[in-house]
Amino acid sequence: MHMADALLSPAVGTTLWAGSVAAGGYASMKLKERIDDRTIPLMGVLGAFIFAVQMVNFTIPGTGSSGHLGGGMILAILLGSHAAFLVMASVLTVQALFFADGGLLALGCNIWNLGVTPCYLVYPFIYKSMVGGSKNPGRILVVSIVSVVAALQLGAFSVVMETLLSGKSELPFSAFVLMMQPIHLAIGIVEGFVTAGVINYVRSARPEILESMAASRPIGREVSLKKVLATFALLAVITGGVLSWFASTHPDGLEWSIEKVTGKGELPQHENGVAAVFKGFQEKTAFLPDYGFKPAENELKKEKEAPPPWPGIEAGTSVAGIIGAAIVLGMIVLIGMGIRVVGRRQI
Amino acid sequence: MTFDEKYFDIGRLDRLSYGETFVHRLDPRAKVIGTMLFLLTVVSFSKYEIAALAPFFLYPMLLVTVGEIPVRFIIKKMIVVSPFAIFIGIFNPILDTRTAAVILGVSVSAGWVSFLSILLKFTLTISVALLLIATTSFSGVCHALRRLGFPALFVSQLLFLYRYLFVLMEETMRIIRARDMRSFGKRGTGLRVFVRLIGILFLRTVDRAERIYYAMLSRGFAGDMPALKRSRMVLRDLAYLSVMIACLWVFRFFPITEGIGRRVQELLR
Amino acid sequence: MSHHIVEFKDVFFRYPDGTQALGGINFRITHGESVGVVGANGAGKSTLLQHMNGYLMPASGTVTIGDLRLTKRTRQEIRRKVGIVFQNPDDQLFMPTVFDDVAFGPLNLGMDEASVRERVNKALCMVNSLALRDKPPHHLSCGQKSAVAIAAVMAMEPDILAMDEPAANLDPKSRRSLITLLKTFKHSKIIASHDLDLILDVCGRCIVIGDGVVVADGPSSEILSDRALLEENSLELPLSLQRR
Repeated sequence: MHMADALLSPAVGTTLWAGSVAAGGYASMKLKERIDDRTIPLMGVLGAFIFAVQMVNFTIPGTGSSGHLGGGMILAILLGSHAAFLVMASVLTVQALFFADGGLLALGCNIWNLGVTPCYLVYPFIYKSMVGGSKNPGRILVVSIVSVVAALQLGAFSVVMETLLSGKSELPFSAFVLMMQPIHLAIGIVEGFVTAGVINYVRSARPEILESMAASRPIGREVSLKKVLATFALLAVITGGVLSWFASTHPDGLEWSIEKVTGKGELPQHENGVAAVFKGFQEKTAFLPDYGFKPAENELKKEKEAPPPWPGIEAGTSVAGIIGAAIVLGMIVLIGMGIRVVGRRQI
Repeated sequence: MTFDEKYFDIGRLDRLSYGETFVHRLDPRAKVIGTMLFLLTVVSFSKYEIAALAPFFLYPMLLVTVGEIPVRFIIKKMIVVSPFAIFIGIFNPILDTRTAAVILGVSVSAGWVSFLSILLKFTLTISVALLLIATTSFSGVCHALRRLGFPALFVSQLLFLYRYLFVLMEETMRIIRARDMRSFGKRGTGLRVFVRLIGILFLRTVDRAERIYYAMLSRGFAGDMPALKRSRMVLRDLAYLSVMIACLWVFRFFPITEGIGRRVQELLR
Repeated sequence: MSHHIVEFKDVFFRYPDGTQALGGINFRITHGESVGVVGANGAGKSTLLQHMNGYLMPASGTVTIGDLRLTKRTRQEIRRKVGIVFQNPDDQLFMPTVFDDVAFGPLNLGMDEASVRERVNKALCMVNSLALRDKPPHHLSCGQKSAVAIAAVMAMEPDILAMDEPAANLDPKSRRSLITLLKTFKHSKIIASHDLDLILDVCGRCIVIGDGVVVADGPSSEILSDRALLEENSLELPLSLQRR
């Protein structure tokens, strides 16, 4: 599933963008070192292929619902980590632009979840190590399923974390996880089947293709475990640093989510935990007091000018906000219509 | 959406991107940077912010009107991708039931406020993303990415992807139609058939890549893609970007909406 | 005028899967000749064409283009002399815009921007497609794409033009434009096609390929009116000759 801009916070969004860009630079560098001439058109066309295939529905056996192919794993098996990552990143970019799937800010997250995860984590450490050089269709099937499921689970989990750390949703960790993981398990099993199916089919129909693709990859160990772990450790440190800085200025975000994680998920308990944090939030940020939200405990005092009683409304200065918004939006619409009229007249 | 619908959808958006309006002619780099800054600004608002988001609608509105983009088309596309955000967002009112405000005698919970905020942010961010590609050709965006520092290798294959996007979609459509025509209601959309279709499509794609490579060789390709055209940012582009940044700054840090609302309240007293 | 000569001497070629595609091809094409290559599907026409610019290398025998014998080292040089237009224009127009596609060849030749621009405009004018210059290829119709594909090759100003089924996807009007255009191209032309009427119209000489060897080689008017010969090779008389 794709992350959405509306649920994202700038900190999480830019961090993952940075991570994805870094991965992209790394992949390009490795690829440039020993790339075969024919690989660039191949990558482009395979990207178009994956994109087109993702648009095809198939019915998931037994459930009757429809599913789509992700493609990260199949690309990694065919092209190797680096090329596969660039292709996945491209496909996601096209989706973000043409379908607005998720959004442009969330693109960084999506490239990370659906590109880095299958190509740099699952493929080298799970698929390759379990398959070895085996051409046994049965083995490939099992390993494919395991790999794709792992990749999708990690990806889905990343979405949960990203949403949580952004702090725009009230969904508690446990509930969110419970929603995302099973769905992606089902999708993963099916995609695993499809992945293995295609690989085995290609091997039986035109084995030389798989061999020539493998031959034109950058030689040598594509990814070393040590380097990957070191990179992740570094990223964790940076992320921790950025987020803790953020936490010090907006203590609400992290405390709140941590409370959610430790909470049991019963509503009354939620409210207590959150309400206390909410109060802290109110006191530390400047936005809400102006809008006069009344916390249930009524502990805050608004010091803004008391508005005169507006007939029928007992609200605070939030009325000003609503009126203002209506006016602003109205103005925008009028300007828009004006431009259209002028535009038509000029024709 | 069915495959066909998506295909025509993308085709339409793609054709719109080759328009000739003022917005279309702005430098792609300026538009990409402007869009990203816009997104960052919108997303930086707190989760309960509603009114301050109002002025931001100015930007997509201007793009739509000056860029002559059909509004209904954009709205339809936004609705299609809204489920995830709505689905996650709807839990806010469910879980967060503390009263945030009382309007016209009805108490509004904080959860609804944050949900509305999510919806507004969704509308702003998604519309602006769609409008970026509606007013800038995809190859323009790619050139912008290259000038902004993205690796040349990545951009080259991205351009290939775009070039063959429609070709591959058409090929896929043909194969699916062939499948559907022989499925007699049972839809034949089972997994086995699907795998076989993808396999065939894949082989065709690889062969096509080979032919393309041959064509490239035949025209003298020796390993390096030829240098792409350079475009310069003109005064118009810099002006656009400056105005944009200024507006973003003002709308973000000054409570315009609230100010206007107060003035009106005072007037009506 | 030796730089327009194309000579195949005892060329043998076998595909990796064992198919014997060319079993001893011999012919010589001189300056300004217009030669049609006809034969059944699988006879070896495309394979033959692919030897002309070194995409495939003969297993034995020699291919000589102008003064150069085809080897791995001379391949690149030969590609400047021989322009090949393929059957499917989608495979040949792989750049974001028509301009980029037509400019691809000249840029690879190392020309400077101004000269490239000049070449592109000239080539596009030649095929009456200057108006399409800034369009992306996927917005073009089949006929337009074919025209642009030809322009892309012409922009390199090759000495020898080879074409594989140039009229296959064209509507009658575009086909007629193509024929008219080809008649104006004065350099050596080699056209592989099933469109025997086109060959009759454009090419003075005709080579019949069957099972990887040259079965007949002579003036088109003779060869293409020899019903027995044609039918032996899974062909038939050109439609324009069938009324008689």
